[in-house]
Amino acid sequence: MSDTERTPLLEVRDLRVEFPTRRGTLVAVNGVSFDIKEGEVLGVVGESGAGKSLTGSAVIGLLEPPGRIAAGEVRLKGRRIDNLPYREMRRVRGREIGMVFQDPLTSLNPLYTVGRQLVETILTHRDVSEETARKQAIDLLAEVGIPAPERRIDQYPHQFSGGMRQRVVIALALCVNPKLVIADEPTTALDVSIQAQIIKLLKRMCKEHGAAVMLITHDMGVIAETADRVAVMYAGRIAEIGPVRDVVQNAKHPYTHGLMGSIPMIGHDTDRLTQIEGSMPRLTEIPQGCAFNPRCPHAFDRCRSERPELIPVDDTRVACWLFDEGAKKAAE
Amino acid sequence: MFAFVIQRLFQAILVMLVVAFVSFSLFQFVGDPVNNMVGQDATEEQREALRERLGLNDSIPVQFMNFVGNAAQFQFGLSYRLGVPVEDIIAQRLPATIELVLVSAIIALAVGVPMGVYTGLNRNSPISKLFLTVSLIGISLPTFLIGILLILIFGVWLSWLPTFGRGGTIDFGWWETSFLTVQGWRSLILPSITLALFQLTLIMRLVRAEMLEVLRTDYVKFARARGLSNRAINFGHALKNTLVPVITIIGLQIGSLLAFSIITETVFAWPGMGLLIIQAIQFADIPVMSSYLVLIALFFVIINLIVDLLYYVVDPRLRVERGGGGH
Amino acid sequence: MAEMAREPSQQPTAPELTLVGKVVDGWSRFLDSDVFYSFKRSPLIIVAFAVTVLLILGAFLAPWIAPHDTTNMASLNLMDAFKPPAWSVGGDGSFLLGTDDQGRDMLSGIMFGMQASLVIGFASVALAAIVGTILGLISGYVGGRVDSVIMRVADVQLTFPAILIALLIDGIVGSVLPRNTAEELTYPVLILAIASSLWVNFARTVRGSTLVEKNREYVQAAKVIGIHPTLIMVRHVLPNVMGPVLVIATLSLALAILTEATLSFLGVGIPSSEPSLGTLIRIGQEYLFSGEWWMTIFPGIALVILVLAVNLLGDWLRDALNPKLR
Repeated sequence: MSDTERTPLLEVRDLRVEFPTRRGTLVAVNGVSFDIKEGEVLGVVGESGAGKSLTGSAVIGLLEPPGRIAAGEVRLKGRRIDNLPYREMRRVRGREIGMVFQDPLTSLNPLYTVGRQLVETILTHRDVSEETARKQAIDLLAEVGIPAPERRIDQYPHQFSGGMRQRVVIALALCVNPKLVIADEPTTALDVSIQAQIIKLLKRMCKEHGAAVMLITHDMGVIAETADRVAVMYAGRIAEIGPVRDVVQNAKHPYTHGLMGSIPMIGHDTDRLTQIEGSMPRLTEIPQGCAFNPRCPHAFDRCRSERPELIPVDDTRVACWLFDEGAKKAAE
Repeated sequence: MFAFVIQRLFQAILVMLVVAFVSFSLFQFVGDPVNNMVGQDATEEQREALRERLGLNDSIPVQFMNFVGNAAQFQFGLSYRLGVPVEDIIAQRLPATIELVLVSAIIALAVGVPMGVYTGLNRNSPISKLFLTVSLIGISLPTFLIGILLILIFGVWLSWLPTFGRGGTIDFGWWETSFLTVQGWRSLILPSITLALFQLTLIMRLVRAEMLEVLRTDYVKFARARGLSNRAINFGHALKNTLVPVITIIGLQIGSLLAFSIITETVFAWPGMGLLIIQAIQFADIPVMSSYLVLIALFFVIINLIVDLLYYVVDPRLRVERGGGGH
Repeated sequence: MAEMAREPSQQPTAPELTLVGKVVDGWSRFLDSDVFYSFKRSPLIIVAFAVTVLLILGAFLAPWIAPHDTTNMASLNLMDAFKPPAWSVGGDGSFLLGTDDQGRDMLSGIMFGMQASLVIGFASVALAAIVGTILGLISGYVGGRVDSVIMRVADVQLTFPAILIALLIDGIVGSVLPRNTAEELTYPVLILAIASSLWVNFARTVRGSTLVEKNREYVQAAKVIGIHPTLIMVRHVLPNVMGPVLVIATLSLALAILTEATLSFLGVGIPSSEPSLGTLIRIGQEYLFSGEWWMTIFPGIALVILVLAVNLLGDWLRDALNPKLR
């Protein structure tokens, strides 16, 4: 018992994802470290291209070539999984780590009934009869809120609406009770009116099945409602990571601050929404020092020359020289 | 579904009518066919009698109606070159072409599809690269050259296989088949390989492209993320999804085989439809040309209809909703 | 680099520099482009390109550089007939690849024959590209009934193999025209026949791009300020489809050369009296069994090398212009 408390479910250490190109190697994820505890919901937030989806793909071992893990480790329950041979990794996928993709319309094979896809997945990982698998599949469909599951199990994906399909996708991701679910922008492709339902469903399902969640999104609102902790990514690195309350209400990194300032919040005395000047640099032209320095209102000399590592401040850790004691003095 | 079939049938009939009109016009352009059929010293009465008999004195629309009516019963008149009814010549030639195309289609599909799947799944293996390079040479080698090379090697230099004609055939009613004699099979080898080779490389390349396309889709990625075995992903999920385009390809390729049989038959003096049409073109044998046109169009229309119907079997999205509901 | 090159164009007093600047700029951008990069990286493609250029030069300079003038009947000597290649027994040093049944030098015959094949190939592809592009633009931009008619025709035609269409058109036109006229019009008829088997690919591709561009804001905006639709299409859509059109044109060229050779081989293309790769092979085939293999094999090899080189270029161009596939 105390053992599981000490070893987190997922440990990512100094993860580095590279893409070799003809103009040199692009480092898309650079020195990313974080933990996810059992049953915890970790939100990973950032602009597109910040490396959050690639981090998720790297964890489940599905980086698309030529992308590759160049350095670092991924451990699941203490066991290293980033260097597993394909066959063994296959047993981790689905069984220990589930994944929900962005677009429910394209995530399901159009030529097979949803039942067949569920049963196939259950039979791959569980030693049960086909009948049992089918019964489990029906139960799962009922659990994710699909009406008349006995009938709909034999229907094809195109006979389901977008929201219903994402429910099926969640059922598929959780059908053999993985310990961790990576949800990569699970609601981005859906109608706004359905988004909240699906997020709620995802959270409830993971809780009931005892799965931790790595929730990748660019929507700070979703994170604020759902996550226990949050990691803010910028240009392939973690800018700030900590309990969701602290990060949302008391953002430390100027980038996080900007992100928070750009969403309206009820009960907060904000006169106007702020906006971060400029845009995230391309991977080919990440500036020296802190990647955020050209856009940062508080940038000083050190930010332009030295890259900040994560510095613990209260419960949070921030990659910003403003929180380095020595630097603080220099700035004043 | 029913509406769709009707629509396709209607379109097919339209295509056939257009082709029939082109075939019919051929007769009108080439001037007086009577000159081709009677000797130089025929009298004006003999000519007029023949004209009347051929219906050439009727108005154009009436002639066209007659043409369509006759064509529907596969009656195209007398060949200018051979002086016998075209339908008799075709009945004699058709089996040779059908048997050749059939054997070639089986070779092309049985080899081309697995090679395409293999090269699609193992993109970077040396064997795939070898297949691809060889296939590029394959599509750059014209069919007639393949035939000539095979004749030179296996016929002239090695004297292993016959290089022209059908060898021994056995009558099966009006159908002359070469499937029942050893000599017939031996004669089939070189022409069918010649005909199959080009299509084989094409099929391989197209299947490979489809396979690569499908392997990039989200549902294949999602299947991987659920830990399904490679076998289930590649042969269950990916291969089935390539089926729809591959069916189209196969339909088109069978049509192509029919077209390229013209070349193969010329090279190997194979007494089929292709050899017939080449001789007809050189001789301006209009009845044979026009009947060939109608017949080949009919083949293509039928192949396309079958392809369209097969889509329904494979792809549930095209099937009618059977009380699905709950959208 | 590009910055510097663009500078002269800002000086209105030196218009000739503007042009130079543009050329330099375009060239430097080309040297820096993905296409050129992938060209440099693949030796096979460089070889294919060199071979293509060499063959085209050899074919069109044939009247000046061919060792013998095979088009001049008077220079032929039947005593030279059926000479094997120079290196084999009985070969003659002045006929490198041997001679044919009339005593014509095979090498020279191949050069002149390739010229005919290339002329027909280029002309039919150009015709198909122009007609296909125009029809595609119209079909995509006008839409409605015009579109459905053009595309229906294209669909129906696409189900028939190119070689069959070319053969039938060639055969039909050949039979319909009086003999003499038909002989005079061999080239135009052949070009027309091959082009009509090739236009569909161009039309479909251009139509697709047109449909995409048509709904872009700038086209709408141009319409609002009263620029004529034709001008919009030519200015904005055409440049966007040049890449795919070039790829299709290259692959079509290989197909056109093959089709011409096939038709001539079948005896329905260029008449046997005139040299083309197809007719040379056709003549050679008659002597296959009597041992004069070189009469078939050498023109055959020439044809395959030409088509293979062009196919390689087309294949590579398609991949280079479509980064998604890499």
